[in-house]
Amino acid sequence: MKRVYVNENRCLGCHLCEYYCAFAATGQSDMSRALKGKKIRPRIHIEEVPNSDITFAVSCRHCVEPLCVKGCISGALTKTDGVISVDRDKCVSCYTCVLSCPYGCLVQSESGVVDKCQLCLQTAEGTPRCVDGCINAAIIYEER
Amino acid sequence: MPHFVIIGNSAAAIGAIEGFRRIDSDSKITLISDEPHHTYGRPLISYLLLGKTDRERMLYRPADFYEKNGVTAKLGARATKIDAAAKTVALDSGETVSYDKLLYGAGSSPFVPPMDGLEDVKRKYTFQTLDSALALGEALTEVGANARVLIIGAGLIGLKCAEGIREKCASITFVDLADRVLPSILDAQASDIIKSACEAEGLAFRLGTSVASFTENTATLATGEKLEFDILVLAVGVRPNTALLKDAGVKVERGVVIDEFSRTSNTDIYAAGDCCEQKDVVTGESRIMAVLPNAYMQGEAAGLNAAGVSVQFDKAFPLNAIGFFGKHVLSAGFYDGEETAIVEGNNYKKFFVRDNKLRGFILIGSKHPEDGEIPAYERAGIITDLIRRGTDLSTVDFKLLTQHPALAAFGQDVRREYLGEEH
Repeated sequence: MKRVYVNENRCLGCHLCEYYCAFAATGQSDMSRALKGKKIRPRIHIEEVPNSDITFAVSCRHCVEPLCVKGCISGALTKTDGVISVDRDKCVSCYTCVLSCPYGCLVQSESGVVDKCQLCLQTAEGTPRCVDGCINAAIIYEER
Repeated sequence: MPHFVIIGNSAAAIGAIEGFRRIDSDSKITLISDEPHHTYGRPLISYLLLGKTDRERMLYRPADFYEKNGVTAKLGARATKIDAAAKTVALDSGETVSYDKLLYGAGSSPFVPPMDGLEDVKRKYTFQTLDSALALGEALTEVGANARVLIIGAGLIGLKCAEGIREKCASITFVDLADRVLPSILDAQASDIIKSACEAEGLAFRLGTSVASFTENTATLATGEKLEFDILVLAVGVRPNTALLKDAGVKVERGVVIDEFSRTSNTDIYAAGDCCEQKDVVTGESRIMAVLPNAYMQGEAAGLNAAGVSVQFDKAFPLNAIGFFGKHVLSAGFYDGEETAIVEGNNYKKFFVRDNKLRGFILIGSKHPEDGEIPAYERAGIITDLIRRGTDLSTVDFKLLTQHPALAAFGQDVRREYLGEEH
């Protein structure tokens, strides 16, 4: 099963992955037009280790035993073919998943319902945009 | 081929089916539920009245779930007796179902204490099942927007009910013997925050008192005050449904006693969900932890073990994520030990540490955080995991976690494991 993996030794902390993630969600073709002046709500985010120059990206691990899916009270979170996705029509924004995920990878969308990385399978490209957009190969999509 | 029989149709039952079918795709599964409905997200009944979901969207699993999983679902059938020696379940229809392995996930029922004159109240409701929510919704429609609602019990069920019906009635008043709201999941300061948020919505509270007597539309409190109402909601608490197993000779304390394999004292009977008690991961004491994630995972463990593999679920602890009138409350674990409180803007955070381990926490943030404000609940699961794993806090940057939960608070080896390996 291919997943997104992160190598913090290669991460530059440039936040480009966050922009590619937000851009992918718009479905538009021009990134600057799609995102200019907007507050982005990416499903991947860059962390910085305090008092160091270490940065790294964090996004859904698509766990084998997903606590978010098992704890979901509405059945909005499901796992199909190894990919965990959210049915935003079913989500009631209780945030049990936010409370359950050990990696902090469920995010609040603008409407309040939960949003998460779905590996960009729904995009035209069908592969994670954060990976393709990373300029230093710090984010990789592969089977391990 | 063994016959796996399930009593119940909520998270524990569905977890059991999904666990069982991961291992065994052939054996027969029969599900028995006294509710005549397809499985639905039980905590969603308040959102249903609120209009935030509907009957179709609140289905816990798709409409073809039973069919796809080869489950014979007997919906609207009540199990009346379990014969553990003969390994049979008797139904109210007169039918008898034989089992090889049984999962008992019968949940809990509203507890209604005896109250003087309660029988004279015509419009009285509980709030735990879809049918009870639909009945309350109908009553509100009948009485109309002028309805005055009295709710006995200012706990989770009562408050969520209030949020669900606030727009459908003229007033809501709570009466509770406790001196604060949500005492089971909040500390005193957090209770005050939620109570204030409720009061800002027009909800009224009579705390530290009880109803001495009822007439059809009046409650007389122990203080002597008389409260007029049109609709009464009884949300005092719940009791685990244990009778069938107790009668079958299975060990029952406050709840049905299960181990980390979801086994009861009878080798062929598993139990899961709100009817059970299990050792919690923090204190090791056996207790009822009636929240949906535990129910699902206890059920899943039961299903896996019933199918013949040995899988443990030994990570149960209390956890709640719930919104009330613009506030969002996330809490987990137990509230003893050294306290650290952080109160900033709309955020309230409290952490409880004992023996260098996180015992529990309470986080309250605004559902609609102001620009630049990081709500207290964001990425809360990173903190929950400290409880789940019993992490030694000297190995993490705990101060950072209390400010902004982040994987950066962990050592490089942990980050590598989390982000560079399959989970």
